[in-house]
Amino acid sequence: MNSMIYKKKTPLLLFLIPAFLFLAVYLYYPFFQNVLNTFMSIGGLGRAAEGWNDPWYENYQRLFTDPYMRTAMKNTLLLIVCTVVFQVGIALILALLVDTIRVGAKFFRVVYFFPIVISATALGLMFNLIFLYKGGMVNQLLLALNQLPYEVKSNGKVIVEWLDWKDQAHFLFTMFMPVLWQNVGFYFVIIVTGLNNIPQDIYEAAALDGADGWRRTRYISLPLLRNVLCTCLVLAITGALKVFDLPWVMFGAGMPENQGWLTGTYMYDQTFNKMNVDYGSTIAVVIVVLGVVLSNVANRVFKPSEDI
Amino acid sequence: MIKKKISVSKILTYAVLCFWALTTIYPFIWVILNSFRQKGLIISDSFSIPMGSAFTWENYITAWERSDFKNAYLNSFIISGTVTIVVVILAGLAAYGLVRYRFKGRNFLYSLVMAGMMFPVFSTIIPVFRMEAVMGIAGTGSRWLSLLAVILPQIAGNLCFAIIVLMGFIQSVPIDLEESAYLDGCNVFQIYFHIIIPAAKSSFATVAIFTFLWSYNDLFTQSFFLRYPQERAITGLLNEISSQAGVNYGLMAASVVLVVIPVLVVYICLQKHIIKGLTAGAVKG
Repeated sequence: MNSMIYKKKTPLLLFLIPAFLFLAVYLYYPFFQNVLNTFMSIGGLGRAAEGWNDPWYENYQRLFTDPYMRTAMKNTLLLIVCTVVFQVGIALILALLVDTIRVGAKFFRVVYFFPIVISATALGLMFNLIFLYKGGMVNQLLLALNQLPYEVKSNGKVIVEWLDWKDQAHFLFTMFMPVLWQNVGFYFVIIVTGLNNIPQDIYEAAALDGADGWRRTRYISLPLLRNVLCTCLVLAITGALKVFDLPWVMFGAGMPENQGWLTGTYMYDQTFNKMNVDYGSTIAVVIVVLGVVLSNVANRVFKPSEDI
Repeated sequence: MIKKKISVSKILTYAVLCFWALTTIYPFIWVILNSFRQKGLIISDSFSIPMGSAFTWENYITAWERSDFKNAYLNSFIISGTVTIVVVILAGLAAYGLVRYRFKGRNFLYSLVMAGMMFPVFSTIIPVFRMEAVMGIAGTGSRWLSLLAVILPQIAGNLCFAIIVLMGFIQSVPIDLEESAYLDGCNVFQIYFHIIIPAAKSSFATVAIFTFLWSYNDLFTQSFFLRYPQERAITGLLNEISSQAGVNYGLMAASVVLVVIPVLVVYICLQKHIIKGLTAGAVKG
């Protein structure tokens, strides 16, 4: 592969330096500076550090005593579980189904993937309308289906007891559902590609041996999809940790009553609105550590098999 | 007998697939319909098609007049256009260098790029803000500098993904082409521009589309750097509308449509590249 052309190394510098210079200045340096920042005291965004914290691990201590951080962690971990179960799960079912049909397969691909390319801000606004308290789409639907309690006053006026989708009892569903819904298409496309890469003759051999549709799925598709599913798992975990826009637009700062924090929204709020810049950096470090640890665990448990 | 059984399972399959397709499409149709409805009617009768007295352009007129959509579109296109162009150029060169050259530190650079994909924007944004404040780019109140302040970190944030995807494609370009060009007297740069880029054209398109969409849709970086009304890009404007519109639901619906339409057009025109490129990138990455 090492052709004559590429023996002379000088042009290589021109190829690599621009991109890596950019990455060094805007990605790697800030990343390490951010870790350092967690040990410092910083008075405001864009200001220089005023010195080391006393004790230097003060911010990390605070993580464990901060009840909102505990809420944010709890919600984020729950979101990760839901992402893995529902997003990857629904995507897998849809992909297996699409794999069995011919007509319309391309249509479903294009449609399922569409929400991914829409900005989460627009989707957040859209779901705000859908889950609106008084007369949102879901509540109107429930009313039409007679699922909402209402009373008819003596003057003929109908008083409906609307369902508040953002109250303490329902906010997790309302917050997670749009996030999960938006990204199903992403995993769907990945899994469909994985299915297309399985050689057709394996299925033909299995059919000759009398395996029916379900057995083919269980003993051929699923085992051979293992690597792809493992990739999906890691992407789902890191993706869930990056969620910010949708919950921020729909719920703002920790609604309802500081129960609705996620690590991402809490980090933004601490940094920007509360001006606890060094604490915000600490939360960012937690997000990175969580991502690395959880994706490693996922990789260990569902270790991609080497033999394919 | 067997034939009949198959058709029953086929019907079930299509029923499930169509159901999910409906959940994907219907919310958008619902919003579009309601953006043309008299604003008071949305909360009482949102499922019918707005016709006659219920139909109105008012929501769009209000949205366009009350918020500076024109300016926000312009800002968004300046940001995302610049980010896309720079990312494609830099990532193309870097991917080519990493794929074709064998040198010490190659694996190290490759793992740096892989690691870079893992850094969430949360973990770099604060030092970037400080750095740009010191450089005099961020927080100056000047529109053009603020746009630049968003552009630079967005380039870095998209570069790693772009390099990984392009590496996958450049690897699959047969090296014989390059060798014969070399024998004809082309130098490496001519090879890159006349052989590699045309051969990997569709993957460059994919990377460009994704970078553009991610940059256009990003709210987090924008909310850090774009603080003044004249700097606002499209998602920032939308976020502002959502907190200010109050009970004017027609205005909200119209604003959502105004933001989604350009993306919808791009998506329908380019869906082939989008899905093909994504799968290539995801499977290789």
